[in-house]
Amino acid sequence: MNSIYNLLQNKSKDNLSIYFTAGFPSLNDTAKVIQELSKAKVDFIEVGLPYSDPLADGPTIQESSQKALQNGINLDIVFDQLLQIKKTNKTPLVLMGYLNQLLKYGEEKFCKKVIDCGIDTVILPDLPMVEYENHYKSLFDSYGINNVFLITPQTTVERILKIDSYTKSFIYMVASSAITGAKGEISQEQIDYFNRVNALKLSSKLIIGFGISDHKTFSKACQYSHGAIIGSAFIKYLGENGIEKIGDFIKSVKSD
Amino acid sequence: MKSKFHPDKNGYFGQFGGAFVPELLFPNVKELEDNYIQIIESEEFQQEYKSLLKDYVGRPSPLYLAKRLSEKYGAHIYLKREDLNHTGAHKINNTIGQVLIAKKLGKTKIIAETGAGQHGVATATVCALMGLDCTVFMGEKDIVRQAPNVARMKMLGAKVVPATSGSKTLKDATNEAIRYWIQHPETFYMIGSVVGPHPHPDMVARLQAIISEEIQWQLKEKTGKTSPDTIIACVGGGSNAAGAFYHFMDDENVELIAVEAAGLGVDSGKSAATSQLGEVGIIHGSKTILMQDNFGQIMEPYSISAGLDYPGVGPLHAFLYESNRAIFMNATDQEALTAAYELTKIEGIIPALETAHALAVLPKLSIKKNQVIVVNLSGRGDKDLETFIKHLD
Repeated sequence: MNSIYNLLQNKSKDNLSIYFTAGFPSLNDTAKVIQELSKAKVDFIEVGLPYSDPLADGPTIQESSQKALQNGINLDIVFDQLLQIKKTNKTPLVLMGYLNQLLKYGEEKFCKKVIDCGIDTVILPDLPMVEYENHYKSLFDSYGINNVFLITPQTTVERILKIDSYTKSFIYMVASSAITGAKGEISQEQIDYFNRVNALKLSSKLIIGFGISDHKTFSKACQYSHGAIIGSAFIKYLGENGIEKIGDFIKSVKSD
Repeated sequence: MKSKFHPDKNGYFGQFGGAFVPELLFPNVKELEDNYIQIIESEEFQQEYKSLLKDYVGRPSPLYLAKRLSEKYGAHIYLKREDLNHTGAHKINNTIGQVLIAKKLGKTKIIAETGAGQHGVATATVCALMGLDCTVFMGEKDIVRQAPNVARMKMLGAKVVPATSGSKTLKDATNEAIRYWIQHPETFYMIGSVVGPHPHPDMVARLQAIISEEIQWQLKEKTGKTSPDTIIACVGGGSNAAGAFYHFMDDENVELIAVEAAGLGVDSGKSAATSQLGEVGIIHGSKTILMQDNFGQIMEPYSISAGLDYPGVGPLHAFLYESNRAIFMNATDQEALTAAYELTKIEGIIPALETAHALAVLPKLSIKKNQVIVVNLSGRGDKDLETFIKHLD
């Protein structure tokens, strides 16, 4: 198991995570993208499971998802692709998808496949806390799967503390009230929010996502967290420059 | 009175409902959930709501005994004339109620999705009435096929934003509205049907329940009985059906018939008959029945009617279907067109294409002598003239 938990215990600063959409740009690129990202020393990778109606995603990830679906990707194929690189891949993976995919695939079957692929962490942005408490917590616990919760500037302290108690890997701190792909610099308002959350002295690690796109936003976000996730900006780059240039993008994020 | 057709505390009707929203929307949904019943049941709200429905919308809408239609089918067929409401459909019952709720919550910016444009027009209308900022999301494809309604919305001062993702219809307009809502949590999302995360389905059903409330006393005046034998309504998301069924759901003697759009035929691959083609899943924040493939990807529905081509149904309807409380029938494009021409010819009423689906099941029923049937005439057909003319031969 390439555990995110172990990673974050050993490295508590400047973790760089990249999100990409499985089956994009081409159907069989999933493994290649992971290999290139690993080579470029990304700390962990979020594998997006393409969905027809991704409510929390902006235009870039909507498009990459649609392209991947047109390429013929489906959950069976993604799991096969991940299974094939299980032995060679050393970079922890996180799966990000929508609850309906898991529901239709079969909850037990989905969990079993996730573990088979050597993955122990999932992000389901439309899984609300009450449903987690009533059903999914016991399901995931029985498989040893960690669920990542999102928090936003509007999430109350009471709720954050509860989320902290449920979290074994990291809390996904959404940088602003936005869908993925938001642009711009990190504002004072956002910094105040990061400071507010840090002051709670949570036991979970904090990873910032949404609106992180380059070296500047990444390093700024890392000042207030244990790392940050880049999604849309990477997808856009990948679509324009291809897999062989992935190393250049990561280098540009890590240093000026 | 507590009914099994009202949602439980987590917003579930049986196994259907809930609020599957990203954390970003949790505060919005929670604020509404904490307040909507209290607001709706307050005297202040009821007074304003009822007064606007009477003087602005033109309620009560007539319950009309369609004599020639009745003769033709050998029943007593009453038409609940929602088509005579201001803006031409039942949709305004909901938007009048929601705009009052929005105002009570201090919201000044309204967003909405629309399919046929009826809800968009009803939303733009109440926003004009109350001086509120209005943005309506509409599928690019629907913008073309419902041009008159787009013009009306613009004239009413609304901004119409084309949804260019996916199938470019109602489903995608709803996605875009929800995405905008996530990015602008200060806005009030005036959802147009009994869909979406709890409490939206219940809130909209309560606001449309005025339809069945009136049917009860109007029928009593006309027949001496408060309940009909049968109520028929078309279902896309299901708001007019929810309104027409509402006060009769607990009375098992009343047969409830929901009519879905079969498009070119249920098994043609071009259909929107969700109950027949769908399975349990999550769409727009609600667990319900929806059309999806083996991997949970939501399928693109089809119907000639822009208001019915939705790949899901509201959670209440999923429950009415699963518990066999309502009978789910369907009508094809052609059957709906035929029914629309028939009503126009023998009763002088041009129904909306959506509504025509409800009328289209009349020939399929085995009607008993003296059966009292209420058809919810949810909207008028002015917006569909182009389609009607095209198919007129």
